[in-house]
Order: sequence, then C-alpha cells, then structure tokens
Amino acid sequence: MSDRTNLSFREEKGNRKGIFAWILSTDHKRIGILYLYSIVAFFLTGVVLGILMKLELLAPGKTVMDPATYNAIFTLHGVIMIFLVVVPGLPAVFGNFLLPIMIGAKDVAFPKINLLSWWIYVFGAIIALSSLFMAGGPPDTGWTFYAPYAFKTNTNMLPAVLGAFILGFSSILTGINFIVTIHRMRAPGMTWFKMPLFPWTLYGTGWIQILATPIVGITLLMIVGERVLNIGFFDPALGGDPILYQHLFWIYSHPAVYIMILPAMGAISEIIPTFANKSIFGYKAIVLSTLAIAFVGYFVWGHHMFTSGMSGTALYTFSLLTFIVAIPSAIKVFNWVSTLHKASIQLEAPFFWAASFLFVFMIGGLSGIALGALTTNIHLHDTAFVVAHFHFIVFGGVGFAFMGAIHYWFPKIWGRMYNARLATTGWMIFFIGFCTLYLPMFFLGFSGMPRRYYDYVEEFHGPNVVSTIGSWVLALGLIIILYNLIRSATKGEVATKNPWGGRTLEWTVDSPPSLENFDEIPVVTRSPYDYRKNIDE
Amino acid sequence: MSHQSDNHTVPYKSYLWILAILIVLTIISVGVTYIELGNLTVFTAILLASVKSTLVLIYFMHLKFDNKLLQYLVAAIFILLGLVLFITFLDYNYR
Repeated sequence: MSDRTNLSFREEKGNRKGIFAWILSTDHKRIGILYLYSIVAFFLTGVVLGILMKLELLAPGKTVMDPATYNAIFTLHGVIMIFLVVVPGLPAVFGNFLLPIMIGAKDVAFPKINLLSWWIYVFGAIIALSSLFMAGGPPDTGWTFYAPYAFKTNTNMLPAVLGAFILGFSSILTGINFIVTIHRMRAPGMTWFKMPLFPWTLYGTGWIQILATPIVGITLLMIVGERVLNIGFFDPALGGDPILYQHLFWIYSHPAVYIMILPAMGAISEIIPTFANKSIFGYKAIVLSTLAIAFVGYFVWGHHMFTSGMSGTALYTFSLLTFIVAIPSAIKVFNWVSTLHKASIQLEAPFFWAASFLFVFMIGGLSGIALGALTTNIHLHDTAFVVAHFHFIVFGGVGFAFMGAIHYWFPKIWGRMYNARLATTGWMIFFIGFCTLYLPMFFLGFSGMPRRYYDYVEEFHGPNVVSTIGSWVLALGLIIILYNLIRSATKGEVATKNPWGGRTLEWTVDSPPSLENFDEIPVVTRSPYDYRKNIDE
Repeated sequence: MSHQSDNHTVPYKSYLWILAILIVLTIISVGVTYIELGNLTVFTAILLASVKSTLVLIYFMHLKFDNKLLQYLVAAIFILLGLVLFITFLDYNYR
C-alpha cells in the first residue's frame, strides 16, 4: 500500500502542458529524468554499435562491414558512450534527482542553470552526431581524436569535436550547481561528516568537472584552429608537438574517468549498507579516499602515454603516481567488503548489481595495475587487453553501478516496484554475457591482438567467437532488464516510502517525491547510516 | 557561516593601485618575451599570470573578505594547477 501524503512531482500541474511541462521544467527531478531518457537512448545506440563491432570480429577478414565503416563505428561508439553516456551518467541522472533530497533541500542551487545544462547537452549531442549525416561521414580517429591524424583525416572531425566542446559546458554547469548546492543548501544539522556518501562523491566529481573540463575544451578548440587555420600546435611539420596534444587531452580525460567512477562508487556506498542492514564500515575513510581520488587522479594522465616517447623522468613519475591512485580505490573496496562482514544481507537485485560491481571492478582495477607498470605496459599498450581493462572499469564499474542505482532508486523515482525475479534473471544473464564478452579480450590482448583492428590472424579466432557470443548474451540480459523496468514503471506494484529499509533522507519522503520534496526541511541529528535506531524516531 | 558582506567596501584608490600593478605586470610579461630565458620561459609567463590572477581574485573578486574555506579551496586549485604544469615539464625538460 502506498503511504503517500502529497501530489507527486509527476502529478503536480504546472503552467505548461504535455512535453513542455518536462523540457522546460526547472524541477531537479524532472531534469534528472530528462537526462535518464536521453542517456538511455544514447546508451542503446552505443550498444548497437558495439554489437556490430563484435559481429565484424566474429571471423577474420570482412564479415559485415568494410574497414572504413569499422573505423567510423568504433569512433562513434567511443564518442557516444564517453561524452554522451558515462561522463554525464550517474551525476546528471541520479545526482540531479537525488542530491537535493539526500541533503534535505527543495532543489539545486541554480534550477534554471540546471535546465540550461540539459539543453546544452542535447544541443552538443545533436552537433556531435550531425557528422553522421554529412558528406565525408563520421570521424574515424577513435574517441581520443589524436593528433596529427585528427587534422588530416577527410572525415567530419569538426562537428564531433565542437559537439564534445559544447557538451563540456553542460558538465561544468552541473558541477558548479552541485558544489554550490552542497555548500549552501544542506539541511540544518547536516554537517559535512553527516552527509551521505553519494553526495560526497558528487562533490568530488563536481570539482573535477569544473577544473578539468576547460582543459579539454581548449584542446578541442586547438584542433579546430589546427584544421581551419593551420596554426601548428601539434603538427611537427609546422613546428608543433603531437605529444603536447596527448598531454592536454589526457590531463582532462584521465580525471574524466573519475567523473565517471566516483558517483558510481557513491551509489555502491548507498546500496551496500542498505542491503547489509548495517552501518557502512569506515565512513570517514571512504569520504577521504573520495577526495584523495579526485585530487591524485589529476596527476596520473601520463600512463596513457607510456609508449609515446615521453622522457624517462616523466615515465617513472607517472607510473609511481598511478600506483598511488590505486590506494584510495582499494580502501573503498576493503570498506565495502568489511561492511558485508557478518551482515544480514537482503538478496535483492540492487545488491546483486553492487556485489558484481565489486567483482568486475576488482578485475578492472588489478588489470590497471598491470598497465600502470612500465615494463608490462610496453607489451600490453594498444592491445585488446586495454579495451578489456577499460570496459571492466567503465562498463563493469560505472555501468553496473548505474544498473544497481536504477534498481535501488526505481521505487523512489517511479513510485512502483519491479518484478524482483525478472530483475535477478536479467542481472544474471547480463553478468554472464559481460564476462563472456570481455574476459577473452584480456587473453587476446596478452597474446598480441591490437585494439581497433578490423582484421586478425587465425590464432585469435576462437576467443573472438566467444567474445562475440558474449555480446549477444549481454544484449539478451539488457532486453530483459529494460522490459522489466519499462513495464514496471506503469504497471508495477505501488511502492512504499522505504521499501528497502534505507536510512538516508530520500527514504523519508514520498515515492515518488512531491514537487518540493519535503513539507518541512528536516533537521538532521544522526549519521546517514545509523542502523541502530528506527528511521522514524 | 560568517556574513561579512556589509562592511568590506574597498576604497577606489586601492582598486586603482591594483589596476596600475596589473598594467605594469602586463607590460613586463610582454617585455620579458624579448629575453631568451630557455627552460624558464614558460615558468616566467605562468608566474606573472598567476600573480595577476591572484590580485584579481583577492581584490576584484573579494576573496579577501570571503570565508576561510573558500580561500583554501582557491589556494588548492592553484596548487593543483602548479603540480599539473610541474609534471608536464618533467617530460619537456628531460626529454
């Protein structure tokens, strides 16, 4: 039975009707949902492109497409998945929907800027994808747009680069909004160390968005200057330095990995104590490790460039710093596992996603250590091993956390429950598909199969077949998950305020929440994961 | 949180002094490009730019009157940027 007392934000009649009540709404919850639908649409596009790539690699030689199309498809897959899906991902969807509620506020600090950031996101996406429909076709450089090829290719680089530039503004505005909201709008009594961990990770992420994104913005403009005006920043023929491009690109793009993974870690830090029914182990250690990741993450970009021809001093420094940045991530993993120790665990879908997150994140993280060491990196650089590592972190880490988050907060967002058995079945098939798809790529890379190659020698055939079959299994799991969630959003059983027994503030408001979230701003007197007391006390 | 916004009027004279210092520093940063400084070229340019932006932040953007937490955060950003540049030049200076 529902225990709702107010009209929900969905039912509230504003000044506008139909779709305009959504696309012109400044309500943080509606904006979060707008982001969700946009991001899911782009995610499914990226998945289809990924499946096509795996289909091409089913057998050596040409299978379903020519080499130029393959190059364009892996570029589009990367651009869409990075810039349109995982970078905005958790912060834009769950951060928007939940941050104000979790800190006891009625909205974010700048609601109109919040709506503007969604519009900029849509505008940037349209510009980036317009290259698909222009003569010359989409870019074929890979999502990294490396110089000097990026200003020599005849494909449509400029729309993709300008699109990514515009998307950066959306990211910066969201970061500013979250930081100001957290500084200024926490409920009375919510001191910094009484704030839940998801908002803490959004805080760390916000700083990275503000400080790192302008660097890639400038870099992308330099590519435009290079292509249009022949300035010579990066072209050796004009006195430029192509390695400078790599520095500038990765000074943003490595911290961007932390824009992706920090909120994912935040979501996992919410799910685990709720389903362990136990206070999180080492709250302060998790907070400090979040800030440490956000800070040290700025200084490790060079590990993407170990074979580029950097100085020996830089190589040693970046390798050392890369090993150091692994420490705060490991602290988090130990804390999550310690929380589960002797816990009374509810085995529900969000927990399965969180537990499998730990498994795949560990594999992704440890393979990252292999890549962070200078000697092994020389062997593994630009092989399928890197692709496997990256997907274990970004798809396995961020993707699984996103899935966990959507199953965890689904009752809060839609006010309904999903079919638990179908959710578990979907997770299991997805997880099996994921491992089948990406584990063989570690072996392929270790054996020497390069990444971004359209063709391969016969000895790589077997693992590639397994990997392609994995992509089909993963797609099946995804279809089941989507079917379950889409159907349940309208037909599921009505959810209560707190179906999982969570302790953070979002579980004290209606499901779905009312327009202003709280009838009265709550006064916070306890820690966010205090499982000793009843939440209603 | 401290609210000191009502009583931190800065006299125009101070603003004019800061403006004069900024103009002088701009002239120096142009002038210094005529001197061959080798490895120190970028360092000098960034040092001068940092001094100028610090003055703007402190006086024109009123950081001087803001709470300590914000002052520390801005200082941390400068340190971060400095470290990023330092590490970048571990490549360029030793290549």
